[in-house]
Formats: sequence, structure tokens, C-alpha cells
Amino acid sequence: MMKNRFDEQVEVLNTQMIEMGSLIETTIESACDALQTADLQKAREIIEGDALVDRKEREIESLCLRMLLTRQPVAHDLRVVSSALKMITDMERIGDHAADISEIVTMMNFSAAMQPEHFGAMSRAAIEMVHRAIDAYVRRDVDLARDVIASDDTVDDLFCDVKQELIELLSADASRGGEALDLLMIAKYFERIGDHATNIAEWVEYSVTGLYKGDVLQ
Amino acid sequence: MSKIEIKNLDLYYDDLQALKNVNMSIAANRITAFIGPSGCGKSTLIKTLNRMNDLIPGCHITGSVTLDGEDIYGKDLDVNLLRKRVGMVFQKPNPFPMTIYDNIAYGPRTHGVHRKAMLDEIVEKSLQDAAIWGELKDRLLKSALGLSGGQQQRLCIARALAVQPEVLLMDEPTSALDPISTAKIEELALQLKEHYTLVMVTHNMQQALRVSDTTAFFLLGEVVEYSDTEKLFSMPVDKRTEDYITGRFG
Amino acid sequence: MKSARAAGTPILRPGGSRLLNTLRANLLHWKRHPFSALIRLACFLSTCITVFALLDVVADILIKGLPNLKPSLFSLTYTTDNQSLLPSLINTFIITALSLIVAVPLGVGGAIYLSEYAKRNSLLVRAVRLTAETLAGIPSIIYGLFGMMFFVISLNMGLSILAGALTLSLMVLPVILRTTEEALLSVPDGYREGSYSLGAGKLRTVWRIVLPPASPGILAGVVLSIGRIVGETAALLFTAGTLARLPSSLLSSGRTLSVHMYVLAGEGLHIGEAYATAAVLLVFVMLMNGLSGLISRRIIKE
Repeated sequence: MMKNRFDEQVEVLNTQMIEMGSLIETTIESACDALQTADLQKAREIIEGDALVDRKEREIESLCLRMLLTRQPVAHDLRVVSSALKMITDMERIGDHAADISEIVTMMNFSAAMQPEHFGAMSRAAIEMVHRAIDAYVRRDVDLARDVIASDDTVDDLFCDVKQELIELLSADASRGGEALDLLMIAKYFERIGDHATNIAEWVEYSVTGLYKGDVLQ
Repeated sequence: MSKIEIKNLDLYYDDLQALKNVNMSIAANRITAFIGPSGCGKSTLIKTLNRMNDLIPGCHITGSVTLDGEDIYGKDLDVNLLRKRVGMVFQKPNPFPMTIYDNIAYGPRTHGVHRKAMLDEIVEKSLQDAAIWGELKDRLLKSALGLSGGQQQRLCIARALAVQPEVLLMDEPTSALDPISTAKIEELALQLKEHYTLVMVTHNMQQALRVSDTTAFFLLGEVVEYSDTEKLFSMPVDKRTEDYITGRFG
Repeated sequence: MKSARAAGTPILRPGGSRLLNTLRANLLHWKRHPFSALIRLACFLSTCITVFALLDVVADILIKGLPNLKPSLFSLTYTTDNQSLLPSLINTFIITALSLIVAVPLGVGGAIYLSEYAKRNSLLVRAVRLTAETLAGIPSIIYGLFGMMFFVISLNMGLSILAGALTLSLMVLPVILRTTEEALLSVPDGYREGSYSLGAGKLRTVWRIVLPPASPGILAGVVLSIGRIVGETAALLFTAGTLARLPSSLLSSGRTLSVHMYVLAGEGLHIGEAYATAAVLLVFVMLMNGLSGLISRRIIKE
């Protein structure tokens, strides 16, 4: 097989995707840390750092558009570029959610450090999904991508558990309603992060097999 | 519905085998594109469909090609009538060195139409079908050689339509044309498929994608892959097809 | 800055006259490419010499010939007192026409076979081509000898216009064959393919599509042949004879203008009349060339 300019561009694209992936991974991990340790300084840094993710998205976007314009790729090449274009939107949203979480952290009252029991498990599961979705893209691993898609249910279940805990908490002590709502929103963000990781995994599957959610895209 | 049926076709130029066991069924009122690297046999195959290969010394075939079920290599078949039914447009526009009118009228006259009124009607209709009547109606008695390349090619399409063919073969019809003329020919091809069956050889893969319904990929005289165009270009089954359409062939 | 300009090459001045600027550009060019300038000069001189030579010949013939043209030269009979050229002029027409009637159909037909029917570059085609080229290079006197042996003696035609015309048609046949073949081969194959693809047969394709664009080329071959026929003397001396009378039949002897001129000049008694004949011949050839140009232009227009 002849190696051509397009392949070189695909390599650049891969590197950029890995960079953006690790960027959002570290961002949500830090957001998690900031939440657990009530580190307001760290939270502010994350909010400012979101611009970095946005810039990465722009870079990848313009690279993809340039590849489409100049190479008019078909078949597998087209899927690599188009799925990258779709994936970065989800990755950028994950970055946004990490910033959203950090914003809540900066405004939260941590005096009474209250953490629902399943909260840690849920955030870990969501972070794990993002990590594995990006891993699946890098390694073009369809099985791993399918695993990620399946594990979305776990995160959804955990979200229900967290919600239940928070309801119980509220009925026990109605005065902590604000705190409970903040935590619910954070949980919702983690749940959304899980959804975006699922989307990424679905595009990984498409870029390798040509099937999106089991169908041929026409 | 299949218009042309090719079965176990082998073609030789003297001892050189140019086509190997081609099996293909070409659908009516569809555009079928043949793609592949130079010398892969796609032009050779298109020329077997109207027996233009007969003109090449040393060319012989085995297997069968049928048009509406009739063997076009059969003993009783009149080649001239076959070519009336299966028209052809060539890579290089080849209008005859005569007036535009005579170019179009040449085919009908060949097949016995001589009445002036009838010829007038055929000329107008053919030029209209080839979407070039508006440009040429005021200069019908001028030489066809004075037209631009794109106009010449559409004139050649009109000339082919004038004998009322059922199938229109196009051998790289736009490879000598500029992008605007190319777009016009492509648009025309899409209009023509309503009434004709089109087979097109092209080197331009984007063109095959834009225009054709079905695509066949040829390599070294063999049909490697033959399927729905969008399927072939989005999810080719054969590795060689993928390598060729993504430009990694070599 | 100023010195640099002075030392440099002349500069084109936008204000200067066009002629001067052209001259300056030429000088600049010659200075930079002296060899190319030399070649250019040589080519220009060649053109001058060619044109001058042609004009000299034409002027010489006209100057010496026209004063000698008198009405008596166009009388129907030739006598020792009046070297009338009219009988020879008429003979020239007859022999030219006869030769072409024989040679053109044969030559054009043969060429059509070679280029349209025979397998391209087959052994036969190459053999015929080689033969034709060889025949075209044979001196005309040899055709004359052959004509005498074959037509005059073996076929018992005697010294006659017919024998002369047949000999000349043999002589120009290869010319017509080769020029026609070239003309047919220069018709793009695209035309043939276009015709066949519309369901036209071989005959119609050749007749309606291939021949028309080839006809100027074919005509050029015919004109070339006419030139050779009209200018021929050696081959005719042995076959058509030198009788300066209007022919009573195709089997009677007759001389063409060239032969007439040859005889007059050979005798040395009527140089003036010979020049007058030459002038008529010249006008005749020029008319032929003009006419064929006209015809081929008309054909191309259609």
C-alpha cells in the first residue's frame, strides 16, 4: 500500500484527537478533584482552561474541512474525517460540562461536606467511559467502543441511585435543599458526559465499520 | 429490469487477454459507470456492447452479450442495426466536418430518412434532448467544427440520439472538457436516463459518484466489484477497490 | 546608477517610435543570441533567393515569350511556315484528360483499399507502398521505353495519343496512389468511429465521411500529376510521337506543348516560338493550380 499525503494528514488528525481527548480527560478528573477537595482555585483554573478545549476543537475542525475540500475522501477515508468532525462536538461538550461542574463548585457551600454514597462511583464510571471511548478511537477498537456504549446504562442507573439518595436527604433535612439541587445538577452533568462518551463510541464504530447504530448511513 | 446481460465474457487481442470472465447485468434507465486504472479493460468492455471492437484486428471474444435477451454476437445480427440501437459518444468530441444540421441528419439519413420535414423535426428534437437547441438553432448551417469542445460533445450526444437508440455508451465523455462543460454533460446524462440506458466510462471518481447509479470497478481485465455506486464508494467490499478509490493504488 | 545604465544594454523607451523600439529589441536579441540571429539571417536569405529565382524564370519566359505570341500561332494547322501551337495545346488537353481518366480512378480506388479495407500496416500495404515509392522515383525515360515496348509495339497501338496517355497514367499512378493514401490516413479515426457508431456501413462511411475531408489532399495529388503530365517530354517522344497535327483518332500520333517546345528548341530555328509556347504552358499550369485551389477551398467550406 502506497502511503500518501492523505495518510500523513490522517496521522496529524489522530495526534490532535488524542491530544484533545487527554485534555478533556484531565479536565473532568480535575473537576472531580476540585469537587471532592472543595478546591476553589482549581475549579477556577478549569473554567479558564475550557478555552483551550475550544481552541483544539477549532484546529481539528479546520483540519477536517481542509481534508474534505482538498482530498474529497471516499470510503474509509471519508468516515475517518466525518466521524472526527462529529466526535469533537461531543468532546467539546464534555469539556463544557467539566467547566459547568467547576462553576457550581466555586459557588457551593462546602461547610457541611455532604456526599451521596453513589456519587463517587458515578463520576468514576463517567470518566472511565470517556477514557475508553477515546482509547477505542485511537486503537480503532470496535469491541471497546461497543463496551462503552453498553456501559452507558450503568451510569444512567447510578444517576437514578444518586437522585434517590438526594430525595431521601431532602426529605430528612429540607433546609439543605440548595446543596441537594447543586449536587443533582452535577450528577446530571456526569450523566450527560456519559451520553457524549456514548456518542463518541458510536462514531468510532461508524468510522471503522461504516455502520452507525447498526445502520448504513446514506 | 436488466437491459444488457454479459455472461462469462472473455476478450482477446490476438493472444493478449483483455477481459477475463466478465459477468454483469446492466439495468435499464440507469447510469452504470465503469471505473478503474488505464488499461484495465473498461473501455474495451464498453466497446463490446456496440461491437466497435469488430474494427480492431485480432480482437475476438468468447461468452455472450445480450441486449433485451438477443445475442448481439449472434450470426443473424445486423451490426449496423445494433449500433443504431446502442449509440456511442467518444472521449474526444468527433463532430463530422460538415454543418451542424448535417451532423445530426447523418444518422437518420443512413437509416433511410430523407424527407426534409422529417429530418428538420429529428434535428430539432435531438438538439433539444441534448439541451443545446437554444445555443445552436440560429447556426444550424454553420460548420460543427466552429463549436467549443463542450458544445461539440453535446452535439455528438445529439447526433447519437438522432437515430433513436435505446442504450447510450459514453467513453470518458468529459475528459477533454472544462469543468463547466463537464457539469452540463453530467446534468444531461441525468436527464437522459429517464429514456435511455446509459453506460459511462470515467476516470473521474467524483463524476461516477455524482452521476451513476451503479458502478463497476475494473482491474487487469476483471470486474473486481460491481454494486450500487454509493455503497461502492462508502463501503467497498474488496480491498483493491478501497485502495483504488481512496488513491492508495500502487 | 547612471554608469550602470550606460554600460548596460539599450533600454526600451515607451516614448520612442515603434520602429526604433523594434530595432532596439532586435539588436538586443542578436547581441545575446548571435547564433540564433545567424540562422535567422540564413533563412531569410534562402527565402529571398527562392523567390528571386522563381520571379526570374517567370519574367524571362514572359519577356521573351509574350512578344512572340501572335494570332497565327493559334491557327488550327501547323505548317513549316507557321509553327502553330494550337494543335499541341489541344493534344495536351486530350492526353492530360485521358491519363487522369485512367490513373485517378485506379489510384484513388487503390488508395481507398489500402487505407480503409486492408489491414493497417499489413505486409500487402507495406509492399504496395514501397513499390509505389520506387515507381515514383524512376526516370520518365524508362516509362517511355516501357510504353514503347508494351503499348506501341506489343499491343500494336503505334505511336499514338492513347499509348502516350496510358504510359503517362502509369507514371502518375504511384503519385496519385500515395498522395491519396496520405490524405485518407490524415482523416481522423474519430470520424470513422463516429460514423460506424451511428450504424453506417463501410461504403457510406468511406464515401460520405472519409472522402470529403480527404479530397483537398487527393486534389493536390491530381494537380501534381497534371504538372508531371504537362511537363513530360521524354516518355512521350517514344509513345505519342511528335506529329504536330490535330489527332484524327486516339490512335493517331500527336505532340503536347512540352514536346512541341522541345522540338522547336531542338531544331534551333524557332526559339521565339518556343518561348511563346513556354509562356502559354506557364499560364496553363498557373490556371490549373488556381482552379484546383479554388475547388479545394470550396470543398473545405462545405
